[in-house]
Amino acid sequence: MANVSIRDVRKSFGTVSIIKGVDVDIQDGEFVILVGPSGCGKSTLLRMIAGLEDISGGDIRIGSRVVNDVPPKDRDIAMVFQSYALYPHMTVAENMEFSLKLKGVPAAEQKKRVAEAASSLGLTPLLDRYPRQLSGGQRQRVAMGRAIVRDPQVFLFDEPLSNLDAKLRVQMRAEIKELHQRLKTTTIYVTHDQIEAMTMADKIVVMHDGIVEQIGAPLELYDRPANRFVAGFIGSPAMNFIEGRFGPEGIVLPSGAVLPLDIKPQLNLGAEITYGIRPEHLQIAPAGTPGSIPATVSVIEPTGSDTTLIVKAEGGNLTVVLRERCALKPGEAVALKPVAHQAHLFDEQGKRIATA
Amino acid sequence: MDAYLRQGDRSVLVTDWLSPEEWTAVGLSLKVALVAMAASLIPGIAIAYALERSRFWGRQVLDVLVHLPLVLPPVVVGYTLLLGFGRRGPIGSFLAEHFGIVLSFRWTGAALACAIMGFPLLVRAIRLSLETVDRKLEDAAGTLGAHPVWVFLFVTLPLILPGIIAGMVLSFAKAMGEFGATITFVSNIPGETQTIPSAIYTFTQVPGGEGGALRLTLVSVVISIAALWASEWMARRVRRKVIA
Repeated sequence: MANVSIRDVRKSFGTVSIIKGVDVDIQDGEFVILVGPSGCGKSTLLRMIAGLEDISGGDIRIGSRVVNDVPPKDRDIAMVFQSYALYPHMTVAENMEFSLKLKGVPAAEQKKRVAEAASSLGLTPLLDRYPRQLSGGQRQRVAMGRAIVRDPQVFLFDEPLSNLDAKLRVQMRAEIKELHQRLKTTTIYVTHDQIEAMTMADKIVVMHDGIVEQIGAPLELYDRPANRFVAGFIGSPAMNFIEGRFGPEGIVLPSGAVLPLDIKPQLNLGAEITYGIRPEHLQIAPAGTPGSIPATVSVIEPTGSDTTLIVKAEGGNLTVVLRERCALKPGEAVALKPVAHQAHLFDEQGKRIATA
Repeated sequence: MDAYLRQGDRSVLVTDWLSPEEWTAVGLSLKVALVAMAASLIPGIAIAYALERSRFWGRQVLDVLVHLPLVLPPVVVGYTLLLGFGRRGPIGSFLAEHFGIVLSFRWTGAALACAIMGFPLLVRAIRLSLETVDRKLEDAAGTLGAHPVWVFLFVTLPLILPGIIAGMVLSFAKAMGEFGATITFVSNIPGETQTIPSAIYTFTQVPGGEGGALRLTLVSVVISIAALWASEWMARRVRRKVIA
């Protein structure tokens, strides 16, 4: 096990800059998730940690060693790929033994370690099969088994669940988390799925356009997003954003409606501001309630446990999540009352305005 | 010439399926084709790998050189070989002087000509299968602790085996049928450089040679079908293993 330190790491392909100076510190045994939309550079960064991509600038350390020029085979890592990357010409057992064979571990020891990993992943009955004879979930488990058998200092996961169906994804999510709690190996995991990030990570690194937008614990990012990008990216359904101006009573919307604030931000009157409110922090109130946003119900999506409403309001659609069942009908006029202390304010540059 | 006239005799066709001279041509053809295929295999894999995976100075020149025999008239290739590898050629005289290796007018020269003519087909087949290898499989091996040489031997090579087999069959078939470059470089010497195509050609040039030409044509067809069948059988066995 080891800590990983990424210092001002850059990557460019020709004149195109993909990663523009990233700093991340990963503690020994931590489960860190790099998350961001496609093209943000998260997979490239992971491949740089693995040694599969050259580093254009900065340093990557695994433990106390700078690994910039160390080939992948000597970095003491194991990587799990989205496409599983299992060897089609080898059985499950041979795939899992691969790293031990390379190390010259005695055959009996190989068998023992493969058997242990296989039993912990429920793969024992499949050891003699070929990858093509396995389902997607089983293949992913074999890929994890192959990584576990190597007993590396750091596990790297590159979108490992993206090829699985929704139900299996939820199950594998729990299995990977359980695995990490058992092995306590430092893990760096890349995904574009913020739910995966929220549910699995000790620490999330939100990336966008080659830079780190914010690093923090899942709920910290959810409760105190550093900027509009993180606010919109973390959370599902996404946070609602309403443009307005700062007024003496609160945020003044273009229609004249005023959303009260329970804090006094250091802002000039009339300053343009983005008001962010999560779907579960909007309450339905009778039309015309003061301090609310007038809207019309557009779509109702009951999921059973809660109900998602899409409503039309000034400036676009807003999303509301209600815990209780609702008797609203599409086309009905409603008022949305934000929970004032749950509001997030962002300045013209999209940076969070201190609300404390 | 007498021997050939007699081979053309109908009684030979009935009593003895092939005359000793014809057997010699068939045996020589097989020997030349197998040696040409075997000798070009490792350079073929290496060059296919280099062309497909590396970016180096002169890569395009190498690419053109490898493919040249595909588009040049075979006689031109043969003549070029004669200039280079002939007794007085720069490479030929060097090899003869330092290693005692003489290629011109020898069966080994025929094998060289066949290998060069079949080389582009071999390289192309291997390159095509290299293109289809999922690079993640090689990446994964690296992260699991494999040296690049091991990655190639234990991951890449097994995965491109169907392409290698296809390339070997193409190279073998090309060698079995090679005529122009061979006859120009090593001539048409019975027992030394007279392969099936040159023997058929000789038969067609003499009166009464049709029988011999026909028999060797049939042998050619049978060998080609057998080679195709064998490669298909091997490729199917291998493909079943390497398809994910």
